[in-house]
Amino acid sequence: MPAPIRLRELIRTIRTARTQAEEREMIQKECAAIRSSFREEDNTYRCRNVAKLLYMHMLGYPAHFGQLECLKLIASQKFTDKRIGYLGAMLLLDERQDVHLLMTNCIKNDLNHSTQYVQGLALCTLGCMGSSEMCRDLAGEVEKLLKTSNSYLRKKAALCAVHVIRKVPELMEMFLPATKNLLSEKNHGVLHTSVVLLTEMCERSPDMLTHFRKLVPQLVRILKNLIMSGYSPEHDVSGISDPFLQVRILRLLRILGKSDDDSSEAMNDILAQVATNTETSKNVGNAILYETVLTIMDIKSESGLRVLAINILGRFLLNNDKNIRYVALTSLLKTVQTDHNAVQRHRSTIVDCLKDLDVSIKRRAMELSFALVNGNNIRGMMKELLYFLDSCDPDFKADCASGVFLAAEKYAPSKRWHIDTIMRVLTTAGSYVRDDSVPNLIQLITNSVEMHAYTVQRLYKALLDDISQQPLVQVASWCIGEYGDLLVSGQCEEEEPIQVTEDEVLDVLEGLLVSNLSAPVTRGYSLTAIMKLSTRFSSVNRIKKVVSIYGSSIDVELQQRAVEYNALFKKYDHMRPALLERMPIMEKTATNGPTEIVQTNGETESSALDSKHPPSITQPTNQANDLLDLLGGNDVPVIQTALPTKPASAGGELLDLLGDLSLSGGPTPAPAPSVPISQTPFLLDGLSSQPLFNDTAAGIPPMTAYNKNGLKIEFTFERSNPNPNISVITIHASNSTEADMTDFVFQAAVPKTFQLQLLSPSSNIVPALNQGSVTQVIRVLNPQKQQLRMRIKLTYTLKGAPVQDLAEVNNFPPQSWQ
Amino acid sequence: MIKAILIFNNHGKPRLSKFYEHYTEDTEQQIIRETFHLVSKRDENVCNFLEGGMLIGGSDNKLIYRHYATLYFVFCVDSSESELGILDLIQVFVETLDKCFENVCELDLIFHVDKVHNILAEMVMGGMVLETNMNEIITQVDAQNKMEKSEAGIAGAPARAVSAVKNMNLPEMPKNINIGDISIKVPNLPSFK
Repeated sequence: MPAPIRLRELIRTIRTARTQAEEREMIQKECAAIRSSFREEDNTYRCRNVAKLLYMHMLGYPAHFGQLECLKLIASQKFTDKRIGYLGAMLLLDERQDVHLLMTNCIKNDLNHSTQYVQGLALCTLGCMGSSEMCRDLAGEVEKLLKTSNSYLRKKAALCAVHVIRKVPELMEMFLPATKNLLSEKNHGVLHTSVVLLTEMCERSPDMLTHFRKLVPQLVRILKNLIMSGYSPEHDVSGISDPFLQVRILRLLRILGKSDDDSSEAMNDILAQVATNTETSKNVGNAILYETVLTIMDIKSESGLRVLAINILGRFLLNNDKNIRYVALTSLLKTVQTDHNAVQRHRSTIVDCLKDLDVSIKRRAMELSFALVNGNNIRGMMKELLYFLDSCDPDFKADCASGVFLAAEKYAPSKRWHIDTIMRVLTTAGSYVRDDSVPNLIQLITNSVEMHAYTVQRLYKALLDDISQQPLVQVASWCIGEYGDLLVSGQCEEEEPIQVTEDEVLDVLEGLLVSNLSAPVTRGYSLTAIMKLSTRFSSVNRIKKVVSIYGSSIDVELQQRAVEYNALFKKYDHMRPALLERMPIMEKTATNGPTEIVQTNGETESSALDSKHPPSITQPTNQANDLLDLLGGNDVPVIQTALPTKPASAGGELLDLLGDLSLSGGPTPAPAPSVPISQTPFLLDGLSSQPLFNDTAAGIPPMTAYNKNGLKIEFTFERSNPNPNISVITIHASNSTEADMTDFVFQAAVPKTFQLQLLSPSSNIVPALNQGSVTQVIRVLNPQKQQLRMRIKLTYTLKGAPVQDLAEVNNFPPQSWQ
Repeated sequence: MIKAILIFNNHGKPRLSKFYEHYTEDTEQQIIRETFHLVSKRDENVCNFLEGGMLIGGSDNKLIYRHYATLYFVFCVDSSESELGILDLIQVFVETLDKCFENVCELDLIFHVDKVHNILAEMVMGGMVLETNMNEIITQVDAQNKMEKSEAGIAGAPARAVSAVKNMNLPEMPKNINIGDISIKVPNLPSFK
């Protein structure tokens, strides 16, 4: 068989291929030749074949049949073979193949080889693709090499150790003794890799971190030498001596100094020195400065140093080099939370960066601008951001729009400004806003009662201009439906009122229905709006016509709506005014806005045919849905703990007296045995937590949460001392009717920012005529110190009839949640 | 940590691809294509940092690239590496290649992929920077190349019967084989045991 061609020739041949198919053919031919050569177990040419195989692998062709050959090459004695073999192993093998374990023995032998280069090869391969089994087996060898005096091997062993630690974290302690004199090396390569090793160990284990803190003075000294030493040709990069090592040391100092005062103090001087002495004309200097700034921000540095750091970042922002600006914006984003005021000073520069041509810089500047918005600069910033929104790429528009909405919600100086801003966003970037912005905006509009006329007028004008942006159209048609009468009567105070007739309004809305640009959802909105106008406008006949036409529409949703509205006109005309009257102001329950509004829309329609209740029922049903939503989301059902039972009644009295601040000391009646829940948890709760409660308990007045139909529920409060965010509320339910309330279940739900824990109640029966009370403990966790609100649901059986009721409790005294 | 080092030309043909994390072969090729796509769209005067594509880890990983003549050098790193530092590292890498190959050009990289891998192995190991001193790297690479040359390397072919004898792994070799005017000195045996 002729000698296989050389690698060079193969490459030359492949390059002459003119099409992909030709290339594939050549490669397949060569692969076949290589395969047969492998089969012949030819030692002389194996390395050449594997080299060619690796080249083909790089081009993207399958090369797995060479894996075993790589192993054979590694086992060979020749350095050339080993070199190619190890390279092949790194490129073709990984820990998912079983074959790789066969390498372990070869690597072990090579780690003890007499030639340093072979040892180096073995370390390199182990460090690149060693699996955890291999690492476990060979960690001892690596550790031995870490202590050798050969700096070439030492630096490779250090990085190999990093890889071993990453794969098998338990072996970290093994390398600890070897690290003792790593930092006293003169060779920069070893220093560099040792710092990497120390960094990795510190990041993984807090014990190591404390152990290595004592190295801070040594690191500081090394850094100082690097800066002070004049020109040393071997480590010089563009005039600065070994910047890579400087950057690594700075990073390690950052990790060591974080949240540790002593270390941070030791570093302050050197950091200031580096910050002031480094030349900033080249990229190297800037790299070091950048790392210094990050370190200053992370450790407990003194304020002068921090100001220096932020000023450096500000200087970076003015630099011409895009990379520096990018890096500055990224770091400012990280520090804006902690050093808000200092960053504010550079606000104008940041806003200028919004106009930069570079996409990455624009994105960073946008994020940073949103972070910098506050009550003072909202107007100016919003102007800039809206201008940016007009001109930016579509990728940015969605994020920018959401950011604008959030900022406007938090800091809007006036309702009119808020509405204007949102309208501006909808008109410029309407198709990119998030889906829930429509209901949010609608809810905002209903809440600003005085702005209704102004809003509907502006929306109408916007509709006249452009009906392609769906969210805008949806909001506009909803508003016109609600406030069409204001529009026609021309009552606007804020702006010049426009003269609109009813027919014009109906023209616009009908135009929406037929337009190709409208999405089905939008059509639904406009049909409903037209219907609502039947009570506000006088030209009812036109509306009747429109509605009856759509009764045979192909779109099922529209058809259903139209048919129901038709029915409203015909059979249920007496109900129509009541059904279609103005929407009540919707409450925003934490983040549950969207579910509310979607359901109100549904309520107005489906309730048309089946319910005889006036539309006010939509409010409590909403609440029910909300309660269920919140209950479902919060997983708040009564917690029934199964614990060993104890005789109930006597214990119950004791509990009542000891465990809480109950006012009704009456004995719980005989039905106690029917109590499914044991008293023991309550006892433990009451007694064990008693000493924790502070005198603040006395300071918080109790309140009546619910008092209806003879059932009265009182809340009393305690604050848990160890955790000031927890309020403990005890409810006392008492019954002033003549009959007992049995199967009494109390449920509660809170907004999403709170967490609720209901402990088991004292009993399920509230005795009649205030003879006793049911108590239950609720613990509320309020990490954000927001105002406590709660919805409660009560179910019980009175005189054989089941009763269910919902209530909202809002009047919590401020001391209970602050 | 450096996740991958890629070198490809202006048309997207890979000239070197080294991955420090495991991906399947298909994924590797896709990553190369995706990276080429992202990098080639960039204008000349924008910054050298990009968010990584989805295949290589999305926004946690950054692509730091430099464009030299017809080649793109792309390092894909995660957040633990300093971006400006990696830029300098690319510069050091290219300068080292320049020294090793005498005015390196794309053809050198094409025909000596294995040598480029060897140089890279002296600089970056297991995704971490091993050595940044150009002279040190070159010294080590030269020493290893010399060792290889003494074994006739991968390009060597048994052109004469004599070299076939040389390549046989005999435990005992005469110290000095003098045939005609070719004097082949066998190097130290102990270092090869």
